[in-house]
Amino acid sequence: MAVKVGIPSALLYYTYYPLWRAFFNEIGVQVVTSGRTTKNILDKGVREALADACVPIKLFFGHVMEIKDQVDYLYIPRVVCLNGKTIYCPKFLGLPDMIRHSLSNIPPVIDVRMDTRQGRFSLIKAYQELGARFGASKNSTLLAYCKARLVLIRYMSLLRKGLTPAEALSLLDKPGQSKIAAPPKTNLRFAVVGYPYAIYDSFISVNLLGKLRKLGVSVLTADNINPFLLTLQNNCHLPKRLFWTFSDIALKAAHFVFRHGRVDGVLHLTAFGCGPDSLVNKLIELESKKHREIPFMTLMIDEHTGEAGMATRLEAFVDMVRRRKEARLCKS
Amino acid sequence: MQKLTFPRMGESWRTFKMLLEDLGNEVVVPPRPSKRTLDLGVRYSPEFACFPLKILTGTYLEAIEMGADTIVTSGGIGPCRAGEYAMLHHKILADLGHNIKMVVFEPPRFYPFNFIKNVYILNRARHSIRGIIALIKKAWRKLQALDNAEKLSHVIRPRELITGTTTRVYRKGLEWIDQAYTNEQIIDAETAALEALRNVPQNPEAEVLRVGIVGEIYVLLEPASNLEIEETLGNLGVEVERSMFLTGWTRDNTWTETTEGMTVKAAAEPYLPELVGGHGRDSIGNTILCAKRGFDGMIQLAPFTCIPEIVARTILPKVSRDYDIPVLTFFLDEQTGKAGMTTRLEAFVDLMRRKKHFRQGNGLLTG
Ligand code: SF4
Ligand code: SF4
Repeated sequence: MAVKVGIPSALLYYTYYPLWRAFFNEIGVQVVTSGRTTKNILDKGVREALADACVPIKLFFGHVMEIKDQVDYLYIPRVVCLNGKTIYCPKFLGLPDMIRHSLSNIPPVIDVRMDTRQGRFSLIKAYQELGARFGASKNSTLLAYCKARLVLIRYMSLLRKGLTPAEALSLLDKPGQSKIAAPPKTNLRFAVVGYPYAIYDSFISVNLLGKLRKLGVSVLTADNINPFLLTLQNNCHLPKRLFWTFSDIALKAAHFVFRHGRVDGVLHLTAFGCGPDSLVNKLIELESKKHREIPFMTLMIDEHTGEAGMATRLEAFVDMVRRRKEARLCKS
Repeated sequence: MQKLTFPRMGESWRTFKMLLEDLGNEVVVPPRPSKRTLDLGVRYSPEFACFPLKILTGTYLEAIEMGADTIVTSGGIGPCRAGEYAMLHHKILADLGHNIKMVVFEPPRFYPFNFIKNVYILNRARHSIRGIIALIKKAWRKLQALDNAEKLSHVIRPRELITGTTTRVYRKGLEWIDQAYTNEQIIDAETAALEALRNVPQNPEAEVLRVGIVGEIYVLLEPASNLEIEETLGNLGVEVERSMFLTGWTRDNTWTETTEGMTVKAAAEPYLPELVGGHGRDSIGNTILCAKRGFDGMIQLAPFTCIPEIVARTILPKVSRDYDIPVLTFFLDEQTGKAGMTTRLEAFVDLMRRKKHFRQGNGLLTG
């Protein structure tokens, strides 16, 4: 029987799971995920994680609890830096340690360190280390890695077209069989900025994307924007680049949409107790003051966020934007 | 002429004031954080900003009221939020209509020109390079004197006969050091202050517990932000050893108990091999080192939502179990009350005391 490696469906899952899965499958390792977030998973996470941690971290704990008994290993890479410049939130940096030392009865944690600041080949080295752990030869590991990278590129291009990670994954699995519904006719377009693991987790975001669609709003996220355009935002008038990858992307996306996004509204989705977001949110808010014609709202989520409250706030916001837009159309 | 102010951390302002004045600047000493400082800070900072950032916002606003127009502070390159503070403060203050100049010192290793440029800006009196180096050395000496006095006060306080004497003598000593402006005067003042502290009437039989304090640097160094926890502990008969001083971790007086020369980093390695920003790894490492040195307990101080300390706090229970040392964590914010903290501290001290007696009792039985 093949070795089973568990990948919790949280945090980096939304960005790198296709790569990881392709890689493991290529070297003959079976991958198990914890599936979509459920109430049960959230409850487990809230119970196990530190009360002062942010919801995404609590969710990660929950997802680990969900699969820990079904797998031989847990794959929790220590992702420090992937672009040679910006790093990940310090909680990502300490993630394998937090899991290992605060949960009991968990399978061995595989925590290869990925830090591209340590040389051009450090990523390949990290995957070689992974391959070696599962007894794959050097060459087949390299091949697997290259194939996996291709999968990732395809996945990202699907995301850019506006698919959600779940849709993109199912399309990767069954190419050709596109059962993706055509986007409904909408007359409003919102940008939603924030971290992928919050935006795309429909449970913890209280189905934000779905709700917007239902309200007749099409959505633009940072993944839909060409990375090159984001790079063009430079440092968003800051003396220094923000040093956390996801925050950097979120801020750049916000700057981009305020300037050239042709959007009717901007939403920032942030998690209660998130460290970097206290900064990012303030910076986006300051930027939004320069663009009064585009309404901006911050949505904060935590483990108690209720369906009803979120729906009401969204509806009110959408109504406001719609009325404004109509008023402007009438005037001109 | 530009009027400078800077972040306030404990008593270190005495040094920075002297250094900046020596360089020929007018200085507005940042006021000690008060209720009003906190209110201002909370009102104008993002809700989930770390506590130190909020206090500093308040401090800056108060210093601006007092006439400051330039802020000298440090930058940093992560991985934690502190590196972005200066920039955010600048934006917040600008948003409030204050046109403030920021002089941000980035790590010289990565930004050598920034350092030279900043020194040039601050060097109003046009000292020569050698002159500047001498001034910095003198300032460093003063900082050491302040730290030494504070360290000794932590040792004396739990042993004092009359509660409050140490604090009073310590305050006086600080003033002496503050008034010293040359190297010789600083050394004299330091000697006098330490001498005065040693002369505080003490109870040689006092049963003193030893507790290490770890955590985030700002809340460790600024007593107003940690509700004078060290004084409270001292009054409860606890000798505290703080893991962090601006002048660094002094090796010589800490390694008397064990010959095992272990660095903080090496100690933390099995638990947290990664630098998670701030002082998260140090919190783990120092807890282990203190446990090995036979401390009775540890206290972790962290600002609410502090990322590295949350990582550390998640791992600390394991360390506590492995090394059999009780650890108490305080997440501090503007709502933390002194009464609540004192109650928790009393209970903790009680626990450590019982544990200690139990251990000693055991020793008798088996010995
Ligand atoms: S970036 Fe924010 S939400 Fe994400 S792990 Fe860090 S603190 Fe939590
Ligand atoms: S160490 Fe903690 S308090 Fe300091 S900047 Fe980082 S999160 Fe804020």
